Amino acid sequence: MRLKRKDLLGIEELSAEEIGLILTTAESFREVSEREIKKVPTLRGKTVINLFYEPSTRTRTSFEIAAKRMSADAVNISVSTSSVVKGETLKDTARNLEAMRPDCIVVRHASAGVPRMLAGYVGCSVVNAGDGSHEHPSQALLDMLTVKEKKGGIEGLKIAIIGDITHSRVARSNIYGFTKLGAAVTVAGPPTMLPPGIEALGCKATTKMDSAISDADVIMMLRIQTERQKESFFPTVREYSSLYGLNSERLKKAKPDAIILHPGPINRGVEISSEVADGPFSLILDQVTNGVAVRMAIFYMLLGAAREE
Amino acid sequence: MKKIMMDDKAIDRALARVAHEIIERNRGTDKLVILGIPTRGYHLAMRLQNKIEEIEGVRPLAGAVDATLYRDDLGIKKDQPSLKKMDIPISIDGKIIIMVDDVLFTGRTTRAAMNALMDFGRPLSIQLAVLVDRGHRELPIKADYVGKNIPTSKKEGVKVHLEETDGINEVVTEPAID
Repeated sequence: MRLKRKDLLGIEELSAEEIGLILTTAESFREVSEREIKKVPTLRGKTVINLFYEPSTRTRTSFEIAAKRMSADAVNISVSTSSVVKGETLKDTARNLEAMRPDCIVVRHASAGVPRMLAGYVGCSVVNAGDGSHEHPSQALLDMLTVKEKKGGIEGLKIAIIGDITHSRVARSNIYGFTKLGAAVTVAGPPTMLPPGIEALGCKATTKMDSAISDADVIMMLRIQTERQKESFFPTVREYSSLYGLNSERLKKAKPDAIILHPGPINRGVEISSEVADGPFSLILDQVTNGVAVRMAIFYMLLGAAREE
Repeated sequence: MKKIMMDDKAIDRALARVAHEIIERNRGTDKLVILGIPTRGYHLAMRLQNKIEEIEGVRPLAGAVDATLYRDDLGIKKDQPSLKKMDIPISIDGKIIIMVDDVLFTGRTTRAAMNALMDFGRPLSIQLAVLVDRGHRELPIKADYVGKNIPTSKKEGVKVHLEETDGINEVVTEPAID
């Protein structure tokens, strides 16, 4: 059993079986991080390059730790200190990195489609670590793993995703993933942040947060990009928070066993109150722990078998 | 044509003998931890755990050691092995580990499982118990307890079927396929 792919570019192109296979494999990898010696020799001699054109703490560290726990060598390139500032094109950067014979390039970029373009330039595996407002597949996989772990399964669950749906790659990847596994997804946000036609991805959309969370098993809060406030997507942070923020008062309207996810970094007091973020229903840190296991599984499945010629 | 080499009774007798041998050689059950290599080695480990308890009145700890991540053919084989359960119930430092597998063939799985164990601690000793030894070792590895020696040609297949996974207890040989 293996993923018959060179690259992991998005959840859209994965089948339910492939997602299931990655999640089952990730469940086995969780144990490695609990050991005293947190390392297995599986990917000895493989090289992973983390190429991040956007800032990131969680995702980049998580990919790096995952690679190292598999005994692969991980190299980080952050663009502010690279030749990109001297004007090197993406294509030239890709070709030069490829000339050093890595086995995998993990890429994050502000423009949608960059990982796919890169995958066309290089022979090694490419993993999308977030491209523009398009997809963030490893985040969706760790979200699904966290939900599966807590709820025992995903089929038949109701998932509410709240916030800036328009600009969220996390939302898009999760809509694809959860609907493929048989969950019902509802997205909610202010009208300026709900892209028209989002229902075509197989979810419901509403501007009323309370109706989205009232029967939800999982409430996923998205980070509100306060820098976008300048672009007038919402009048004030305070108004956004009162209409679409999750606090303990609003949480009373949800099911008593609803679980809360957030991809981080959180804006305390904006989209989620500290009480809720640090409360008993929040799985925010479980998500981070599962992120390492999911990324180990991704590396294992892309790099752990001989390449089909 | 497949040939039945061991039936339900023969497997049970062999395991009973191996259980006695384990107790005799280690002078009881003190420090024993029985770890099976999934899938079928794990079920055999569970059976040995029961047998040892029946004989000694003490239930030794048992679990699973998955060798997948330590295999030497990852990145060579096109088919990727799926991960199995790792279940080591206690610190293995200073313990006598009885590693259990269904068939001993090239010895490569045993090597991988030993490397996996070493990442969990420093056992006092590791002993190997197998239901079938079919020969053709590629590494200097030898079983301490053998249910049955079945000489085979290298191309023949030897399959262990267990109630828990296959609905029947039997050991069969299958002729070479080429």
